[in-house]
Amino acid sequence: MIFKFKNARQETENQVTDESVYRQRRELLKKMGYFGAGSLLASSAANAGPLDWFSSDDEVIFKTKALTFSKQTDDTQKQTPVEKATSYNNFFEFGTGKSDPVKNAQEFNVDPWSLSIGGLVEKPITLGLDDLYSSFELEERIYRLRCVEAWSMVIPWIGFSLASLLKKVQPLSSAKYVAFETLYDPKQMPGQRNRFVGGGVDYPYVEGLRIDEAMHKLTMLSVGMYGNTLPPQNGAPVRLVVPWKYGFKSIKSIVKITLTDKMPPTTWNILAPNEYGFYANVNPAVDHPRWSQARERRITTGGLLAQNRIDTLPFNGYDDVARLYKGMNLKKFY
Amino acid sequence: MLLMSPRKPIRVPRYLFIACHLAVHLAPTIWLSVIFYLGLQDELGGDPVQYLLDFTGIGALNLLVASLSVSLLAQHFKFAQLMKLRRPIGLYSAFYAFAHFTVYIAFELQFEFNMLVSEIIKRPYITIGFVALLILGLLSITSLSWIKKSMGRKWFSLHKLSYLAVLLAGFHYLWLIKSGWYEPVIYLVIAGILLFMKREKLRKL
Repeated sequence: MIFKFKNARQETENQVTDESVYRQRRELLKKMGYFGAGSLLASSAANAGPLDWFSSDDEVIFKTKALTFSKQTDDTQKQTPVEKATSYNNFFEFGTGKSDPVKNAQEFNVDPWSLSIGGLVEKPITLGLDDLYSSFELEERIYRLRCVEAWSMVIPWIGFSLASLLKKVQPLSSAKYVAFETLYDPKQMPGQRNRFVGGGVDYPYVEGLRIDEAMHKLTMLSVGMYGNTLPPQNGAPVRLVVPWKYGFKSIKSIVKITLTDKMPPTTWNILAPNEYGFYANVNPAVDHPRWSQARERRITTGGLLAQNRIDTLPFNGYDDVARLYKGMNLKKFY
Repeated sequence: MLLMSPRKPIRVPRYLFIACHLAVHLAPTIWLSVIFYLGLQDELGGDPVQYLLDFTGIGALNLLVASLSVSLLAQHFKFAQLMKLRRPIGLYSAFYAFAHFTVYIAFELQFEFNMLVSEIIKRPYITIGFVALLILGLLSITSLSWIKKSMGRKWFSLHKLSYLAVLLAGFHYLWLIKSGWYEPVIYLVIAGILLFMKREKLRKL
């Protein structure tokens, strides 16, 4: 007899794979080491996955919790499996390799957390960890995430509109921009302790949006993904998600939001102004100086032969935001 | 050199040397096959294409550095047999470089050949990587014994291009990373040391 539950979650292939099975596979990978980088230096080359002979990933695992939220049911895009979205990350505070954050962030402590919202506002507030989950109605939003490195994922985030938070603090009319700042805690973040681990970035990581971008309904503060609270490698406990901009705009582990009248500095723009602008809107017509942005590799399931290379869409396909940039030369303001 | 030069030349028994030779052939081939197989099975993390690109690229660079170190080691340890391993190591470096290029064409560009041409022209780091690849290709072809013999002294002059290749490959790496610099710089420093130690020979072009 087959029972079908009305609200049963659609099981994806990765959810069916028994955890012990993929752990075994990972063990095998680890034992093989990494001929390329591993033989000369313990590298954090873009992608050094299974090269870690000396540490094992099975002791401490950051505990996430299930969230209560309204599900998004009208999206049919093929999602990135949760274990890829949580093990292939750019979060230089935990190392520059894509698999560094999942390895180095598991002991990250988010309790207590304090997110302060201030600057040019009527009512500055500070949210603690629990407030992040309880102050606003949580909703799921399935967004495409396009990395400036020309790969992309489809991720079910959970969170709330940044606009709801901003309305609560009541921005002054003089507020033109919103500045964001990641936690600065070298004790917990090896990339902030050591320039070689952190890729030579000046920490804390900072980002910014124009106020109309921040108020747009698509812009969200995310506190969870795939049904649970965020794991640290994805920016626990609270991060920004701006789906029409390159991923580096979606700043992680935020402690401070400041409304200001000046365009705030942004980390990648400081590091390489000719490569990363303040706006960083996804735009297939404007190449990164060193690579093309016309197409992207969509990370879902399947091995080498199933890799999906697709056209990149202006504003990552979120056309509604085009009106925010009417009359602007997007080649100049990249 | 860190280690004292031994007084007596080193010579290992024939069976041991054959084992070394075998290892030089088997290690890079089996390793690449396994990584490729894992890629097919989706066991290489989030982005198997990027993984393979990194693996083959850094593998080629490591093998190239190794092949250029062989003569120094052989000289230092008076270990003449080692010299026989130089050619296969160099050839595997070229093999990895071609695998790198093939992965780029097949999986990164998915056979968009227009894009290939425009990227080689437009992106300086790809241009120099491509030049390094051409050099390694040329050196591989001229490694055939009968070509080598017929070239005489010119062969040695030509194969000094391997030092240009390692420098180009090092800069190719340095130029493509998003931030930080220390890993490619380590390779460039090693290349610099090799060039310095062989400066006398390199002068006689």
